[in-house]
Amino acid sequence: MSALETTTRTRDDGAARSPVVLQVRDLTTHFPVRNGVVKAVDGVSFDVERGRTLCVVGESGSGKSVTARSILQIVDAPGRIVSGSMVLHRPDGSKVDLAKLNPRGREIRAVRGAEIAMIFQEPMSSLSPVHTVGDQIMEALRLHLDMSKAEARARCVELLRQVEIPNPDKAVDRYTFEFSGGMRQRVMIAMSLACNPSMLIADEPTTALDVTTQAEILDLIRRLQQQHGMAVMFITHDMGVVAEIADDVIVMYHGKVMEYGPVDQIFHAPKNDYTKMLIGSVLKLEQKAEIRLKRPPRDNAAPPVLEVRNLEMHFGKPGAPLKAVDDVSLKVFPGETLGIVGESGSGKTTMGRCLLRVYDPNGGEIDYRRADGEVVDIVKADKATLKQVRREIRMIFQDPVGSLNPRMTVAQIVGEPLLVNGIASGKELDERVADLLKQVGLEPAWRERYPHAFSGGQRQRIGIARAIALNPRVIVADEATSALDVSLRSQMLDLMMNLQDKLGLSYVFISHDIGVIRYMCDRVAVMYRGRVVETGATEQVCDAPAHAYTQALLSAIPRPDPRARTMHKRHRYAG
Amino acid sequence: MSEAAIAGGAVAADPKRLAVASQWQLMWWAFKRHRAAMIGLWITVILYVIAVVPGFFAVNDPAKQNARAAYHPPQALHLIDTAEDGSWSIRPYIHPYVLKRDPQTLASIFTPDTTKKVYLKLFGQGFEYKVLGLFTASTHLFASENPNQPLFFFGADRLGRCVYSRIMEGAQISLSVGLVGVLMSLSLGVLLGGISGYYGGRVDFVIQRVIEFVLSLPTIPIWLALAAALPQDWPAVLNYFMITVILSLTGWAQLARVVRGRFLSLRTEEFVTAARLDGASEGRIIFRHMLPSFASHIIASMTLAIPAMILAETSLSFLGLGLQPPTISWGVLLREAQNIRSIATAPWLFAPGAAVVLAVIALNFLGDGLRDAADPYNK
Repeated sequence: MSALETTTRTRDDGAARSPVVLQVRDLTTHFPVRNGVVKAVDGVSFDVERGRTLCVVGESGSGKSVTARSILQIVDAPGRIVSGSMVLHRPDGSKVDLAKLNPRGREIRAVRGAEIAMIFQEPMSSLSPVHTVGDQIMEALRLHLDMSKAEARARCVELLRQVEIPNPDKAVDRYTFEFSGGMRQRVMIAMSLACNPSMLIADEPTTALDVTTQAEILDLIRRLQQQHGMAVMFITHDMGVVAEIADDVIVMYHGKVMEYGPVDQIFHAPKNDYTKMLIGSVLKLEQKAEIRLKRPPRDNAAPPVLEVRNLEMHFGKPGAPLKAVDDVSLKVFPGETLGIVGESGSGKTTMGRCLLRVYDPNGGEIDYRRADGEVVDIVKADKATLKQVRREIRMIFQDPVGSLNPRMTVAQIVGEPLLVNGIASGKELDERVADLLKQVGLEPAWRERYPHAFSGGQRQRIGIARAIALNPRVIVADEATSALDVSLRSQMLDLMMNLQDKLGLSYVFISHDIGVIRYMCDRVAVMYRGRVVETGATEQVCDAPAHAYTQALLSAIPRPDPRARTMHKRHRYAG
Repeated sequence: MSEAAIAGGAVAADPKRLAVASQWQLMWWAFKRHRAAMIGLWITVILYVIAVVPGFFAVNDPAKQNARAAYHPPQALHLIDTAEDGSWSIRPYIHPYVLKRDPQTLASIFTPDTTKKVYLKLFGQGFEYKVLGLFTASTHLFASENPNQPLFFFGADRLGRCVYSRIMEGAQISLSVGLVGVLMSLSLGVLLGGISGYYGGRVDFVIQRVIEFVLSLPTIPIWLALAAALPQDWPAVLNYFMITVILSLTGWAQLARVVRGRFLSLRTEEFVTAARLDGASEGRIIFRHMLPSFASHIIASMTLAIPAMILAETSLSFLGLGLQPPTISWGVLLREAQNIRSIATAPWLFAPGAAVVLAVIALNFLGDGLRDAADPYNK
């Protein structure tokens, strides 16, 4: 405990200190709930220094966002700051303790936006859709700096130019829905810079963005920080981002600071067990899974279990269709894992859903080879055949919350495919369900509970149990680990690979995360704007990509090693 | 984020209890926090108990006329009985009123006779009434100890009928019209809204236009026209039934819209896709997977639709086109208060209006609370 005490209070590095902007000591924020109190932030202490970036990292529920929100006193009800101090040092030498200010008072309002600015995760919902971009930025200028309308407009154009929005004098009069997600986040940053704040709090600002956009935003924040000399507090769950941008790191777990130190120490000499586990699970996903290393080489002579040829899926009007899937051809061999990687909007999810004919493709063929050697074209299959095929090709969904019916117990959810296909009922069904839960590492006694009583990782296991209930041959896993914390990801992937060996499954594994693909997949197909631009063995695609888009994509991914910062070397793909 | 922290902490605090809390339990916890809704719930329960056995709560036969009690004013109820020696006991009584005639105008003047006391008896015997037409009883919540001395808590109307007892009797029809009418609009609304939302496309287009047409009809003139078209010589029960049909013909459209919206949003939920891929039939997807997710929303919308039905029946009957006397409903009772004379001489004839207001407010509070509690997961 005493060791922890020292790490929470001081950073033990000899580096010359920059002037402190914000000094947080023993911050405690509680959420009273029906049966007790949740200590979301429990005695957290740190310093934010001028010109440096402090990364707050932790898994969901670790209290990192609540810490950031406590600083500006915008914690959601019923949460409140119980104790601690947050001393803001102003450039003129005066100090103010933010914890003592009235959350609705004039003083804290003067701090928000003007001295400490904040940007949020969702660039879609944190900007108002009914005001122009210029109006929203000018509001801050006129409120805090008392500028005239013309001055504010000129400053606004200047700010938009700083965040590299093209044609800033025209963009001022545009509405937010005319911008893409990355551009909106730039607008948010411009807005936060409006009053030259001494500190910027960024709460997962790139989580909702694609990796290539993320790289640009991180680059922008870094450059602006150097220009303005701001202190940045950056909240994220992505260790790659931390390694790329942090000077100092706080690792949080269950509201407490586990470790606090310079970024190199956190990554290369972690002291705390939790930090070690976290770094370990990140590094584990940087290489091929151990389970796969042990496997004997696959027999390539077998005919493919699934063969997609010239698949087309269009949305919208027939005259000017949006080609979500455009002339895609793929092969999935028995027992292999085919990774589909791409950014949002690349059509990877749509393609995956076409394989089960959730959508009716506009053209092409999906030949499925059944166990007895018969080949069925899923695109043209009739109702009865489709029902048969859907028993053999199953799906694991991305969202562990939305894909489980909240009004059904786990036993009902897992047993549903067995029940509706008339395979088991009554006592036999109950036994089968208990067995399935055991296979995915869940306690069979929990089967009478509802999904909301389970954590995200457990829910995803329920989804896997439902998928394997019918003894399938192929499983389409759509971003199956994206909603999970990094420490759970490798566990989930290991489970899926163990089941693969046991049940002889083939996976079509859709993901935007190259790390997960590298860990899990034998071969990978890279999708970009509905087309497959590159297919090949995972090692080959990840280490020596042939296509320019794959190269750009890989160069934008932050590596979890602060000694190998590569972001500045990245290149863009203009296709 | 903070939500996740709360959920995680709560599970750690009491894992067993949280794990077994079903949807309805969560709803009940959320509902209990809504104080106005709890009051609304109690009043609604009491009102519907009255609607089931109005005779038990009445003190006089609601149909019995009494020429000597025309425009009898409300009698004050005394709770504490003081004896001559100064001792006291809790024993409710009223002073009987004596009828005199003004020698010049011959108008009746009622004056309380403070020398006499008529005591009330809890669960005493009185007139005979039928419970839901099944069996007869004669026990009442209150009964006068002297059967020849009638009680008029809320006064009497121009034929000397007890207003209080008639309000109790009217509750049966007025409140059940709301319930039956809403059940009818519900079946229509769920059916059409469900088809519209689940299948979408052309079917949805046609049903939506029909709903818009129904909603664009001016309701009161349509009710009046339809009610006027009912033959006058139909028996009371058939008349009542037709009135509820007329009311629900316009009421289903709103419910259909609610149901359609829920279906549309649920149709794209991943668990519905999952059920389809599990091989579940369309019927099973609709009834087993989708309907339970918004049953609570439907109950809430229903509760909010009942007051509208009650008000509609009251308006129709008040205008003389709904239910006809001798059927007793709150709207029929309010017809007695249609002329200026009643305002001047017998303002207590407005008492049924107070009953309508009470019922409508209580149901609205209840519906509001249910709507807020309806989705315990999306908090």
